[in-house]
Amino acid sequence: MSIIIDQTKRILIQGITGREGRARTKLMREFGTNVVAGCTPGKGGQDVQGAPVFDSVAEAIAEVGDVDISVIFVPARLVKDATIEAIEAGIRLLVLVPDRVPLWDTMEIAAVAKDHGACFVGPNTLGVLSPGKAVVGMIGGRADAARQWFNEPKPGRTVGVISRSGGMTSSCGYYLSRAGAGISTLVHVGGDSVIGLPIPDVAAMFQDDPQTNAIVLFGEIGGSQEERLAQAIVDGTITKPVIAYIGGAAAKEGTRFSHAGAIIEHGRGTHAAKVSALREAGATVVDSFSDLPQTTLDVLTKLQIAAS
Amino acid sequence: MARLHEYQAKALLRDRGLPAPPGQAVSTADEARAVADQLGGRVVLKVQAWITGRAAKGGIQFADTPNEAHDKAAQLLEMRFGNFPVREVLVERAIEIKHELFVSVAIDDAAQAPVLLLDAQGGSGIEDRADSVHRLPIDVRTGVDASAIRDVLGESPIDAGLHDDLVAAIQTIVDLARETEARSLEVNPLVTTKEDRVVAVDCRMTIDDYAVFRHPELGIEIARELDHPATELERIAYDIEQADHRGTFYFAQLPTDDAESSRGLIGFHGAGGGGSMMSMDAVTSVGFTLANFCDTSGNPSAAKVYRAARIILGQPNLVGYFGSGSGVASQEQFHSAYGLAKAFCELNLSIPAVIRLGGNSEDRAVEILEAACAELPGQVEGYKKDDTPSSIAQRFAELVDDAGGRTWSPQPRRVPDYVGKTYSFSISGGAVWIDHDQCDPQTTALVVEHSSGLLKDADGKPVLAVSADEIQNKDSELIALEIECRRADHPVVFVDLPIKGIDTSPHI
Repeated sequence: MSIIIDQTKRILIQGITGREGRARTKLMREFGTNVVAGCTPGKGGQDVQGAPVFDSVAEAIAEVGDVDISVIFVPARLVKDATIEAIEAGIRLLVLVPDRVPLWDTMEIAAVAKDHGACFVGPNTLGVLSPGKAVVGMIGGRADAARQWFNEPKPGRTVGVISRSGGMTSSCGYYLSRAGAGISTLVHVGGDSVIGLPIPDVAAMFQDDPQTNAIVLFGEIGGSQEERLAQAIVDGTITKPVIAYIGGAAAKEGTRFSHAGAIIEHGRGTHAAKVSALREAGATVVDSFSDLPQTTLDVLTKLQIAAS
Repeated sequence: MARLHEYQAKALLRDRGLPAPPGQAVSTADEARAVADQLGGRVVLKVQAWITGRAAKGGIQFADTPNEAHDKAAQLLEMRFGNFPVREVLVERAIEIKHELFVSVAIDDAAQAPVLLLDAQGGSGIEDRADSVHRLPIDVRTGVDASAIRDVLGESPIDAGLHDDLVAAIQTIVDLARETEARSLEVNPLVTTKEDRVVAVDCRMTIDDYAVFRHPELGIEIARELDHPATELERIAYDIEQADHRGTFYFAQLPTDDAESSRGLIGFHGAGGGGSMMSMDAVTSVGFTLANFCDTSGNPSAAKVYRAARIILGQPNLVGYFGSGSGVASQEQFHSAYGLAKAFCELNLSIPAVIRLGGNSEDRAVEILEAACAELPGQVEGYKKDDTPSSIAQRFAELVDDAGGRTWSPQPRRVPDYVGKTYSFSISGGAVWIDHDQCDPQTTALVVEHSSGLLKDADGKPVLAVSADEIQNKDSELIALEIECRRADHPVVFVDLPIKGIDTSPHI
């Protein structure tokens, strides 16, 4: 199995006629994603990569039927309105790709999502990809590259990948595949400080996925997501092995390192605090990223030996 | 900066009816004396710097006379905290405090919502009393519930007669955070005075970088979180980012205090936030000190990568240039290779550069970079996704050792003689020059062939084939053309992209 996305999910693309929307719709369709429609206000009636375009989300749903996930490619300052439109039209899972979404807009989206029982990945996410099935967002850039880079799940040797960095989502998927692991799903949770589906929530999904044997994490300085994952391990809600690398050991306090979420403030969210919280909880934390693939394979092998 | 100084934040509170002690920010000791004289009586002088534990570091002084204020201000204006030189001192009337409260609006990433942190004990040791701080939810759409604030005040020893004023003050603070889209707003302490007035004695405030565009009234010059006032290069970099939104460009200079005891200072060029951090960790773990952090990603144009490289090489005393991102980039990597090659060639790079260009079209990217830079005095090597960050960091250290301590001094760019004298057309942020005198039919054919359809042969000379509008953002294709012509030993095309603040050019 996989989490969040597979080939059966019906996808809407908001902002489908823009530069990014068009390019990524091509990637998604070529990889196997079931894109059923797109929407851009004022561009209804067009066609992008074979997907019909509508003026509004409600119109799209009235015409093509229910949608499972909406992927949002509109400019950052319009993301709030586009997302709320989709939630109010009944869509329960959103993927917010744009970078630079204002923080208070994200918190307002979160409040509306809670009222409607909806959830969202991102903002500032490269997306979610389940090898051999489907992708939402832009992981891999090109469908042929994505197929070549990421292994499909392998019995007993399958990991779920969670990353706070988009580039490192692909990177983790590639190096783990090359080392011989299978991948159930790659999830880039987004680089912002407030995101809809944080690391512990994604880990809980992998915990419930029978095909995922272990969870690989690319964490970063700033925020509390890694510490909360450590707490979930301590609480016993996450029992599958977790193998992690935390970026930003060399980062200095008070300066933001690209991602809005990657900043140490008031001594909170430091590299040392995250590493020790995860280690004390029983996770395997590697000091050098280059060690992540082999260490993961070693953990999977031990798991197989223990099972047999 | 997306951080406001204390005096700026206090002015915003004052505008909304919450007073701060009377006072003024000054930048000279003479001004401090004048302000102290005007205020009369005992004054407090506070450095305006984004540091924690300001009092313990000697950044807060009291003065009983205007002359004492002058002398204390002179001392404070000489201070420097890490990267942060003190440029302003706030001179305020000292007030007599009866009771202190800690009030802070913060973002709770777990709750995906703002939260009000409130402690009616107050004081500067708040970090040690985290357990006694009340956490009151803030609704992003409606603010904070007054009755919840009243409950906290009810448990405190504060005179009940002041509760209404305090509730109003705290709601003012919350509303200011909401209106200005603050990422944090801390009033520590909010006090009641001997005269039973409610006053904000300190205030620190950070606005969300991504919302600054909606708040021109705040006068924020650079929407970027740094621990120091922006340096000249950071300002130049920020202007470039604002002028071109294709992809991300982020540049920050870092404290370099430990450079002397390390293996040397290096220019760092990352790609992608996480990949950059991972690469920083790899290169610092072999013993280097980073002069800067830089990230060009999200499918940046070649011009953006070129300008980033030029800015990185605007820093002196570098022993090398290290570039590495996630290693498995979704973007086409040859644009970055062309941009880097152009910068290195123009500056005649004399220190080693190691660039990890892993990702889509990495073979082509590495071939372009290495071939274009083969003649430079500094060794330039490109690497791919199967080369690990730690192995290339190791290789970089070897090259730096081989260079025997050579360091970089910023150089003016090398501009061909024909610039200003030959065929030219303008593009966004610059111009393209083609040396028609050197264009024989063979050369013209070469130029047209590598121009991605942007140029055509007109009477044996290459000229623009598309409209003036269409060519504006074709910098990636044009930089590729320049490099390909140079590689073919016909350097007849030059893309002139002067950087304001670094280059002199009539085209800026």
